[in-house]
Amino acid sequence: MDFTTLREDFPLIAGRPDLVYLDSAATSQKPKRVLEALDRYYKELNANVHRGAYRLSVAATEAYEEARRRMARFLNAEEREIIFVRNTTEALNLVAYAWGLRNLKEGDEILVTEMEHHAGLVPWHLVAGLKGARIKAIPLTEEGRLDLSALDTLLTERVKVVSVVHMSNVLGTINPVAEIARRAKEVGALVVVDGAQSAPHLPVDVKALGADFFALSGHKMLGPTGAGVLFGRYEVLEGMMPFLGGGEMIREVHVDRSTYAPPPQRFEAGTPPIAEAIALGEAASYLMEIGMERVYAHDRALLEYALKRLAEVPDLKVYGPKGEDRGGVIPFTLGRLHPHDLATFLHQEGIAVRAGHHCAQPLHRKLGLAATARASFYLYNTFEEVDRFVEALLRIHTRYRAWL
Amino acid sequence: MGESMSVLDELYREIILKHYQNPKNFGVLPQATKTAGGMNPSCGDQVEVMVRLEGDTIADIRFQGQGCAISTASASMMTELVKGKKVAEALELSRKFQAMVVEGAPPDPALGDLLALQGVAKLPARVKCATLAWHALEEALR
Repeated sequence: MDFTTLREDFPLIAGRPDLVYLDSAATSQKPKRVLEALDRYYKELNANVHRGAYRLSVAATEAYEEARRRMARFLNAEEREIIFVRNTTEALNLVAYAWGLRNLKEGDEILVTEMEHHAGLVPWHLVAGLKGARIKAIPLTEEGRLDLSALDTLLTERVKVVSVVHMSNVLGTINPVAEIARRAKEVGALVVVDGAQSAPHLPVDVKALGADFFALSGHKMLGPTGAGVLFGRYEVLEGMMPFLGGGEMIREVHVDRSTYAPPPQRFEAGTPPIAEAIALGEAASYLMEIGMERVYAHDRALLEYALKRLAEVPDLKVYGPKGEDRGGVIPFTLGRLHPHDLATFLHQEGIAVRAGHHCAQPLHRKLGLAATARASFYLYNTFEEVDRFVEALLRIHTRYRAWL
Repeated sequence: MGESMSVLDELYREIILKHYQNPKNFGVLPQATKTAGGMNPSCGDQVEVMVRLEGDTIADIRFQGQGCAISTASASMMTELVKGKKVAEALELSRKFQAMVVEGAPPDPALGDLLALQGVAKLPARVKCATLAWHALEEALR
């Protein structure tokens, strides 16, 4: 696999040699194949799914269900365990409302971590507030890892849900989810994994992780916006009531009551994002053809090279763990320069990074920072782009020395 | 991407740096009669503007909070400009400032040092930084 020629697959990247896109943790660029899948659906297959008696609808349904099979393969799950949703946020809300609201009681505890994205916190805040449940967090170590020694005291019989982010969107830390899941199972807690960053960048096997739920966003893994996936272990899904009610998710409806379809349809009310789900399936195939091991290795190679070169920039501070348990995300600050100003200076140099709290305020509070700038890599990024990034930082350091 | 270097050179000037590193009227105003806060939830920048009104005159004003160079300098220069002004005058200056940075309207000399921020109009991602303190001021005065 030549990762340099692979850039040609991405029209936006290939068409913008002036741009160094280092914000894939926010959203990824899309390969031609994914754009063509969207286009082909509307030109050749457009019909609603699961209802038409005519050939076009059957073909649309088949393409939609093929996407489900591909996502099942991508995660090592069963087809009936794949629920199409809009994104990770919706997936985690589905779990909090459809499972949490009906199973949590006053005094129960939900165990999260200090490095969660807000999508892994706020749905639990909403549901815990209604049920009188409490939220606790696994703390961070100085290096930006989870302090698992705290599990001995935190993980009691009161804990009913353990909800953890697989890979931090700020620090890049890859958490030992399988170990946490094993410990959670010992107290009978449900294991919910936010896979928004891990699914695009690491090989994921939901069975090996021991996850009851695993959430991902399609747009971060080369797919279009509007389609994501919630994996749910079938035995858990089977015992759950729906999240949203409406068409497609029912078995029988009377004016005053209804019964529900089996999973996954039970959780896919209304017309789903058909085109987007099909295109997401295409994105998953693209990634599987390259191989997620190689995608991860490419991210890691860029990360290691970048960390080495960034050491040349005076007054630059990089956060996050040093070690193998780290994906291609680099949070950084430059002297006393505010990350927003720094991102504006980088923008001026043609380099797209994000600045802010990256929807992880508790983590930034822990770091003692209001904000960080963040560079993140994906399979279309190159070593030459890392060089351009570092050289831009060196120029900024010289030019705005008075501001540091 | 890639405004000409001069846009940033115009914006990130000595005067902005001065207000960023040593903001004027920074801290708590103990006798404040009106207070309002502003926050940019997407980046975490926050500001609190405190005013002491005597009749319809802004007798004193201070701000506190944390933010980037643009939001801090804007807040600092704002307090210098509106201190001693009538409420209606301050609101009119706020309108003029926002017209300049949001819509790119021709700068009004009445804005004084704040004219240094006119380049923000060419950086849409930074407009909210420049207007944060002004929104808080308007809320405090209304």
